[in-house]
Amino acid sequence: MSVSTLQPGATANPRRLDTAVEVARKVGSFLFMVAVTFLGLLAVTFFIGRVVPIDPVLAIVGDRAPPQVYERVRLELGLDLPLWKQFWIYFVKAVTGDFGTSVLTNNPVMSDIAHVFPATFELATLGTLIGAALGIPMGVIAAVRRDGFMDQLVRILGLIGYSIPIFWLGLMSLLVFYARLGWVEGPGRLDVTYDYLVTPVTGMILIDSAMQGQWDAFWNAAGHIILPALVLGFSALAYISRMTRSFMLNELAQEYVTTARVKGLSEFRVVTRHALRNAAVPLITVVALSYAGLLEGSVLTETVFAWPGLGQYITNSLHNADMNAVLGGTLIVGVIFVGINILSDLLYRLLDPRTRR
Amino acid sequence: MTDTSAMAGGWREWLLSPQPASRRQARLGRAYLLWRSFSKNKLAVIGLLIVVGLVVVSIFADVLAQYSPVAGGDLRTERLLPPSLKHWFGTDDQSRDIYSRVVYGSRLTLLIVALVSIIATPIGLLVGTAAGYLGGWVDAVLMRITDIFLAFPRLILALAFVAALGPGIGNAIIAIAITAWPPYARIARAETLTIRNSDYISAVKLQGASTARIIVRHVMPLCMSSLIVRVTLDMAGIILTAAGLGFLGLGAQPPQPEWGAMVSTGRNYLIDQWWVAALPGLAIFVVSLGFNLLGDGLRDVLDPKAAR
Repeated sequence: MSVSTLQPGATANPRRLDTAVEVARKVGSFLFMVAVTFLGLLAVTFFIGRVVPIDPVLAIVGDRAPPQVYERVRLELGLDLPLWKQFWIYFVKAVTGDFGTSVLTNNPVMSDIAHVFPATFELATLGTLIGAALGIPMGVIAAVRRDGFMDQLVRILGLIGYSIPIFWLGLMSLLVFYARLGWVEGPGRLDVTYDYLVTPVTGMILIDSAMQGQWDAFWNAAGHIILPALVLGFSALAYISRMTRSFMLNELAQEYVTTARVKGLSEFRVVTRHALRNAAVPLITVVALSYAGLLEGSVLTETVFAWPGLGQYITNSLHNADMNAVLGGTLIVGVIFVGINILSDLLYRLLDPRTRR
Repeated sequence: MTDTSAMAGGWREWLLSPQPASRRQARLGRAYLLWRSFSKNKLAVIGLLIVVGLVVVSIFADVLAQYSPVAGGDLRTERLLPPSLKHWFGTDDQSRDIYSRVVYGSRLTLLIVALVSIIATPIGLLVGTAAGYLGGWVDAVLMRITDIFLAFPRLILALAFVAALGPGIGNAIIAIAITAWPPYARIARAETLTIRNSDYISAVKLQGASTARIIVRHVMPLCMSSLIVRVTLDMAGIILTAAGLGFLGLGAQPPQPEWGAMVSTGRNYLIDQWWVAALPGLAIFVVSLGFNLLGDGLRDVLDPKAAR
């Protein structure tokens, strides 16, 4: 009795407290996992930075510097410290967004990345939108009309999408649609004439030019982005349509679909309202994964289309042995990749009650 | 006529015999059954033909190519010639015969695929089976490391490793292998978890087999079929990653006839001399399509659960 007066909440609803503890434990272990993953990402880039055969001191002082200068720079860089201490310094800097200075641009790597990232974001988002807008309906039709025309098409597109080198697809589409047919604009984000017309606000040219009413620039930018976005969209489409098909086949075989049919619902309603709604939950993960995958595809696509984004930044730095920039860019891509995965995972749990238990 | 068909029926019967007289007969019979269900899938057979074709071309490259893959012709008269009877795929900016370079390039492609799978598969197998069988903190640590490697997009991680190690085909192979093993570890672990508590494992344990022996002799062989499927399906991805690195100038270095690097050269002549970029890229596409078709076919035969 005295216990219950001491802890009224606990005895009033012990079960509720148990769930709260359980949830806290789950959230705790989830956060721990996320932290370990990010720490691991840092460890990987730190390790890559250590195995570089380029001597970072020599890169700064040059190979004719006197030994005292060499020694001083070595101490300044903290290279005499034990490895774990170096990693700690690296960790603290990275967490505060300090990835060092780019040798190539002389700017902090972080501000360089902030500068180029919107271009990649714009391209990858448009690519994913194209892929999802076409891929999901195609996958649904393929599943409903099994072995029909769309089913074959989805299968063929999937095979091509998994096999085609994206940089080659980009080059060939440039050759056909830009050089031969002249339907789209060429590489780059804008024609030179529009270069300084649009003031960067969000960094995404389509949005900036539309906001500022620069419709000429907008249509020019649209002509530039459409081809790389379609190329990226194609690889997203191949993946999304194939997965949609298999999720829908799964759902259409469930008993609730039969029930809905027996109740006399129209086939359209059964497919869109019942089956698709259930298939939509795992589809979120697929779309998120393909979005993350486009970040990777963008390294090659941006090189082909001279698109001034993160991918091009990483490759340019690579060719100039600018390791701070390469590792900073790699880490950012890794963090975004993990971030998208975690978000889609959380969204999945939120939307599908079965995963909560 | 009747004689041969009777003979054919003879060996078929021997292969399909429900009571094989020897271990060899049983194995051959099983292989024959797999082949029968594999060869029903036309696309898979096409895939197999493409892959076999790649191997044949790379073995007989010396015979098939009419020109040297690295030495060019006359720079004044033979640069950037369009495809013709003399130069089937045309010539590039160094007056080299593109067809001969593509033919020799098949060796590099095959080398990359073979070495990456030889390096990455055992790592994945070892990590996965050890994590799955031992469980506990070993499992937690190994799987965390696997997840971290999976967290980077493959090409970007390979890019960073090549940046650190320096460009070149050897380093590209190492970098791709480093990025290739995590999915294999996942699959091997999943298989191990289903095997781990089987009766036969307990039986071997009671006989006094060491943990290492159980893992190597009794767990690993059972992971092989799903791993083979996964590695085959992955080979197209390996080819594409290698070609991507080559395209960015980080894989094979000139004058090696690597297909991705050849596409990259062709980029400069795209508009007027399309063949320089188009034909080596087509080779990448066909070969990775072949591996994908073969992998799909193998999956349907070896791992029917995964097929949809």
